[in-house]
Amino acid sequence: MKTDDLVTMLATGAGAVQPNQAARRYATAVGCGALGAALLMAVLLGPRHDLAAAALLPMFWVKTAFVISFAAASLFAALRLSRPGLSLAWVPRVVSAPVVAIWLLAAAVLMRADAAQRTVLFFGSSWNYCPFLIALLSAPMFVAAMWAMKGLAPTRLRLAGAAAGLLAGAVGAMVYSVHCTEMAAPFIGFWYLLGMLIPTAVGTLLGPRLLRW
Amino acid sequence: MPLILKSTLRGVCGLVCPHFEIGAYSRAVVTKGCNATNAGNRPAERGEDRLRNLLVLGLAGDESAYHAFLQELSAHLRAFLRKRLARLPDEVEDLVQESLLAVHNQRHTYDAGQPLTAWIHAIAKYKLIDLLRRRARRDLLTDPLEDELGLASASDAEAADARRDLGKLLAQLPERQRQPIVHMKLEGLSVTETARLTGMSESAVKVGVHRGLKALAAMIRDDA
Repeated sequence: MKTDDLVTMLATGAGAVQPNQAARRYATAVGCGALGAALLMAVLLGPRHDLAAAALLPMFWVKTAFVISFAAASLFAALRLSRPGLSLAWVPRVVSAPVVAIWLLAAAVLMRADAAQRTVLFFGSSWNYCPFLIALLSAPMFVAAMWAMKGLAPTRLRLAGAAAGLLAGAVGAMVYSVHCTEMAAPFIGFWYLLGMLIPTAVGTLLGPRLLRW
Repeated sequence: MPLILKSTLRGVCGLVCPHFEIGAYSRAVVTKGCNATNAGNRPAERGEDRLRNLLVLGLAGDESAYHAFLQELSAHLRAFLRKRLARLPDEVEDLVQESLLAVHNQRHTYDAGQPLTAWIHAIAKYKLIDLLRRRARRDLLTDPLEDELGLASASDAEAADARRDLGKLLAQLPERQRQPIVHMKLEGLSVTETARLTGMSESAVKVGVHRGLKALAAMIRDDA
């Protein structure tokens, strides 16, 4: 095959291309992933019973702000890693910012508390299943994020898979936080993060295989 | 005894080296790519602007601009890849075509605000590293001598035909993808005409072309 023939073939009837396809794909993916997670949560777990009362507490909103900002940061990472040739310089900073913030808060809380309280602040009452439920709720978003990325062109497949997994974990945590009654910063900063890292690890492993093009 | 030891060592290296080469190649490629992007010399910049304008027009639906873009891009890719595949001159044209197909299939990921060179080079590097990785894996299974002999006799004819045959590749596609590609992309018929001719709906024709080109890229990738 001559290269000129290929060029002619590719250009013939190429037509116009819709702009902003990355943003559109991710909007669809996050919509579907969050909806899927919400349905799973509603069926399997249900929202916390004291949701209305909890919504009056500042710590509830701190937790919500953490999961939402982490989801936004991982969406940023996924968007950067989905297209060829974009600089990744800001990705580590953006992704670590919410984590550093919650850790600082956790450190402050732990320092003020006395020794007996610290264990409760760290382990809460659900440490042994919280990460697994977050990972479970992240499954729909995991599929959706991989679909979004597969339709674009990631060139660093391992990192891209990790970003897709991180986004899935963050959306899973966002939905899970409506069910979960834990509100201590040390708990959120460790067990929530651990839960989000489970799909991230899966994404890192599967990325090179699923995202090749 | 030392001679035997030496040749054994060489044999072992032959098995191990492909992996090292990938690292070396990708590192070299990355640094070179960076230099090319940051060089900022005037003629290159103007070339980039021109190429970028052609692509932007092409993405908006201007077919002749898109044709000119791909044509100029193939020369650019050939130079870019020849420099990085000096040891495998036979692979250059195949990889140029593979990269062109990739650029075409992924053209919706180009953001008009982004430097074009970075986007193009990232795609070409991705395809290059993919090729080297494939070769490394294959070299582990086959006799390395065979490859060496093939290389020695290879000539570096400029813009040689790639070794693959489009007709044979197309024949492997399912009908719903092959027919739209043959009518639209080779015979130059419109979507409507192709739809009428094949009895497919217009959106099925478009999807067929899109998926068919992706499948072609995958076929080339997997049997290269």
